[in-house]
Amino acid sequence: MVIMQVIVGGLLLGAIYALFSSGLTLIWGMMNFINFAHGEFVMLGMYVALLVVVGIGGGPAVFGIAAAGALFALGVVIYAFLIRHVLRGPMIAQILSTFGLALLLRYAAFWFFSANFVSLPGNALSGTIDLGGIFLPVAQVVAGSVAIVLTLLLQFLLTRTLIGSMLLAVAEDPDAATLMGIRPDRIQALAWGLSAGAAGIAGALLATAYPWSPSVGETFGLIAFVVVAFGGFGSVLGSLYAGLIIGLIQAASGFWLGVIYKDVVVYALFVALLWLRPQGLMGKA
Amino acid sequence: MTRSSVLLAVCGVAAAMFGFAAPAARTAEPVRIGIMWPLTGNAAAAGQASKAAVEVALDIINNAHPELANLPLAATTGLPNLGGAKIEVTLVDHQGDPSMAQQLTTRLVTQDKVNALMGAYQSSCSFTATAVAERYGVPFMVGESAALNITGRGFKWVFRGTPIASDYARTYMRFFADLKKQGRKIDSIAVVNENTDYGTSVGDAIEAEAKQTGVPVAIRIPYSASSTDVSAQVLQLKQKQPDVVIFISYTADSILYMKTMRNLDYRPPMVIGDDTGFSDPSFIPAVSDVAQGAMNRSAWDIGKPGSTTYKINEMYKAKTGRDLDDTSARNMQSLFALADAINRAGSTDPEKIRDALAKTDLKPDQLMMGYQGVKFDETGQNILAATYLIQLQGKQYQLVWPETAANAKLQWPMAGWTQ
Repeated sequence: MVIMQVIVGGLLLGAIYALFSSGLTLIWGMMNFINFAHGEFVMLGMYVALLVVVGIGGGPAVFGIAAAGALFALGVVIYAFLIRHVLRGPMIAQILSTFGLALLLRYAAFWFFSANFVSLPGNALSGTIDLGGIFLPVAQVVAGSVAIVLTLLLQFLLTRTLIGSMLLAVAEDPDAATLMGIRPDRIQALAWGLSAGAAGIAGALLATAYPWSPSVGETFGLIAFVVVAFGGFGSVLGSLYAGLIIGLIQAASGFWLGVIYKDVVVYALFVALLWLRPQGLMGKA
Repeated sequence: MTRSSVLLAVCGVAAAMFGFAAPAARTAEPVRIGIMWPLTGNAAAAGQASKAAVEVALDIINNAHPELANLPLAATTGLPNLGGAKIEVTLVDHQGDPSMAQQLTTRLVTQDKVNALMGAYQSSCSFTATAVAERYGVPFMVGESAALNITGRGFKWVFRGTPIASDYARTYMRFFADLKKQGRKIDSIAVVNENTDYGTSVGDAIEAEAKQTGVPVAIRIPYSASSTDVSAQVLQLKQKQPDVVIFISYTADSILYMKTMRNLDYRPPMVIGDDTGFSDPSFIPAVSDVAQGAMNRSAWDIGKPGSTTYKINEMYKAKTGRDLDDTSARNMQSLFALADAINRAGSTDPEKIRDALAKTDLKPDQLMMGYQGVKFDETGQNILAATYLIQLQGKQYQLVWPETAANAKLQWPMAGWTQ
């Protein structure tokens, strides 16, 4: 029974990892742009959820959609005012710009929300499902399901739709895409909006399960990078699998070897994987 | 106006300003105490709260407060053995910087010529400041810094009124012994600690004390406070079934533990939090619906209306609008102990104050804190320091142990979310 609980718990944790990594896959995996502020987007999604709950009330559907909308808008604005310009600069400018953005967002949050920890008041996702001795927190089950749905939607968008083809074309070669009648600016702005919006949903759902302060983005941001690299660049499904695998390994090694070893095991496997398969689990070489 | 009349007028104004003018009787030279705290920077809130507490303490010592007569020096004006001398405090801000604390100590001793020192909140600052005081031979009262290494360096001039990790560990063991006497089952405990200096040292102290008193530690779980998931730890606890789980945790992790325990349906007979995360203002709103009956520690309790502690709290509240907190209260108690020693010394001579401090023997009923007394060993540590245990009942903590001081009944086992 305990083994089942460990496995189920690990998969649910992994689904959450996949959830907050999905937005990063789009920007980093597809558009080849390293966004260090991704964890901060997740953090802002959490605060949007809190503001909505405290300010106007409503269940997870309300604050989830509000967080997605707010972050989508923020993603577009950040593209228009920052990313669009640094794209013309050298690679190092891109890296430093989002790193600076991450610090700006984090410390703005400190200033605005203070360093105190907050958590969402009890809501529709607070309960637990008891499956004959195996316990499933509702918040994690919902977060896991949303992660899978989001990943599949993203996969569908990229592989089966015109917009997806445009996104890939712009990522591949913006000049050629322009010649084909695509406006790279609009497409890229859309990609940033989608990425930040996904982070917003992730943040809103995470907020139902975790207490947080403005520095929470650091923790989640790092895991997101590992998940995307583990899953393989350019593979949306890859990061879903990677999230589940990492969650499972963490839960199992944490339980049987001791919690202080769980990250050692995960990162050792990560390094081993990159050594054997530098393109990641499902990436194209 | 002649020159001498101008001089006279200036003197008069100065005298009025500094309050020298009033009493006809010969006024005793004031006793000067230098205090350093972080009044700005990260920990400014703690320093400012303690500053207000010290102002209340000075009011109690320097003016007659017969209603608080059980505290030494409260009923009288000033220090009777020094002809009613008042205590004057020079308060300086070290901003949480150990090297600044060092410089300020030198300044207080050499320029302000203080008779005794007190401070410094952050253990790191107390550590450097006490070394300077030792060099100059000025008594230093460590108000509430907890790191073990502040005392025990062979220093002669350093005293510490506050309890430290080993005192808290001893308190927990006395509590368990009490419970056993009442027929409750404490066959084993678990210690869960975050794995930096704080959690490790407190966890070590508890494990050592448990070993000494014969309470088996079923499992010790060190973990990183930045963990986003603690299910593995909770499942380990669930397997071992300890009777009490002690958490030495910061804020996010202690909230996460309480929520995860509820999610995994794990409710041990009792959970004890070692202050910190369990005392964070965000803890109760976040988990009061799932952690009913969780325990915590505090050496300060407001007490029943009419009691000395209640009156002190009223004075503090009138000044700040808030209830007095554990940290500031421990500082206040340390200042009372220092003032008592200066009074017994009957002199502002540092050597005599030091000797009087070493002979301090305050009884529980002479204190405002839940200590068993104030008495310093040869390292300067108060060996009678202890703490109360409090329990989350409804939306606030209630004092439940020791029974002689309790204002609510201990709920055992904890109800958790089953209320």
